[in-house]
Amino acid sequence: MSVLSLSHIGHAYFGRTVLDRIDLDVEPGEMVALVGPSGCGKSTLIHIAAGIVEPLRGTVAAGYRRHAMVFQEPRLLPWATARDNIAYPLRLAGIRARERRARAGAAARRVAFDAVDLDKYPAELSGGMRQRVAIARALGVDPDFIFFDEPFTALDAALKRRMQDLVIDAARNARFAALFVTHDLMEAVRIAHRIVVLDVAGKGIAGQRMLPGEPGTREDSDVFAAVQAFLKRDPLFRHIHDVNERRVA
Amino acid sequence: MFEAALSRLGRMGSFLWAGWSGLAGLALLAALWQAGHEAYGAFILPSPLETLAAGAAILSDGRAWEVAMLTCIRAVEGFAVSALAGAVSGLAAGYFPATMRLARPLVTVLLGVPPIAWIVLAMIWFGSTDGTVVVTVVVAAAPLVFVGVAEGVMTRDRGLDDMARAFGAGPVQRLITLGLRHVAAHLFPALAVALGMAFKVAVMAELLANVGGIGGELARSRANLDVAAALAWVTIAVAALIVVEYGVVHPVRSEFERWRAAAQPWGVKR
Repeated sequence: MSVLSLSHIGHAYFGRTVLDRIDLDVEPGEMVALVGPSGCGKSTLIHIAAGIVEPLRGTVAAGYRRHAMVFQEPRLLPWATARDNIAYPLRLAGIRARERRARAGAAARRVAFDAVDLDKYPAELSGGMRQRVAIARALGVDPDFIFFDEPFTALDAALKRRMQDLVIDAARNARFAALFVTHDLMEAVRIAHRIVVLDVAGKGIAGQRMLPGEPGTREDSDVFAAVQAFLKRDPLFRHIHDVNERRVA
Repeated sequence: MFEAALSRLGRMGSFLWAGWSGLAGLALLAALWQAGHEAYGAFILPSPLETLAAGAAILSDGRAWEVAMLTCIRAVEGFAVSALAGAVSGLAAGYFPATMRLARPLVTVLLGVPPIAWIVLAMIWFGSTDGTVVVTVVVAAAPLVFVGVAEGVMTRDRGLDDMARAFGAGPVQRLITLGLRHVAAHLFPALAVALGMAFKVAVMAELLANVGGIGGELARSRANLDVAAALAWVTIAVAALIVVEYGVVHPVRSEFERWRAAAQPWGVKR
């Protein structure tokens, strides 16, 4: 029984097809990395799966209880403090202010966000701290499914690694399933159970590869070797670094 | 709780403290005014002190307060109507592009017709009544609020809208928690401008429609060639505007804009 099941998803912007015949299932507790070259429709697909965009064709069947999402940009409310930002989805859910405060504090602790910074506004936080707040906001609703849309692309290498470890730890402790869009194969190999490669033109799924072992237990050398093997020998990943800027959507 | 009260007290203190720089600006104006007085004589330009004395003499009479209040009430009435009408129609125009297309030329027309023309029309329609003043104020001030609000809605961050939708927010929740909150940042500057416009237009309409108030008193000072009284009435009108703006509009705005102040890392904060 999968927690997310996309069947025959197709989408077009102004008559131009960007996605066609996409079928994808995610199992409970499974972290699936969705990779593909820039502009192949990954972002559109995850927006459809998260219910932000209505697909033109096909159905999204969600078997999870509660989902959350982390975007490429932190997307924080500039007028609200870090605490209120983390509590924003709880406010939408109609939870009382006192409990919101407590749960926001707990979510901040889970991403190692310093409690003294909770009353600061996003403008006073660094890029990494803002993304931490965005992750805490997602964890705060206690989801069993999280959509990640290239969440760490804008961060530098060291920070990116820290954030990936954070997501891996959180996923292990909270047992949520996730769909993780990225164009960074290294990132995909580090955090996922399974890599799904989208077709260059968005015409279906090109293929998928299971990754051995559990995320978080893999050695760096193994991760590096796996990425090299994919890029050098696996035809599935041949077009992964192609760029078609006109199709970026 | 205690901390929140303390930070509020601190912000109030810094707001009041900022009054000194405002006073410094006014003192500079008074100095220029005094120089003009010394150059041209008391008949053309009475000195600031004389004007203040004339103002004090006027205000010591109970009737003057009624006159000033009359103008204030008309201006604030017109301002309230234009704020409400402008904000509601601005929201509609911002959220529905078709409305915006229809409204934009109307706004251009409304803003393009000089207020003086509206006064003439309103006098014909309403005679010498409060209605003339209020209508003129609304016609002059509402488009300013409308443009501010519509601009605010159109510059909203759609990324935040998507974020809220991903966390299960319906359209009404998105409007309340994101749309209105963003629009507020554009609304308050527009309201400040509209308020100033409301007072100016109210005085002008009173003067021309001969319906009493500060404008009526100005007309009489002119008839008597009493420059000191005219200037005193102008000062009273400006003082009334300052009281409303710094007593109501600015405190509400700074409450909404705390995060902007927080974004300034150092130096002089507003």
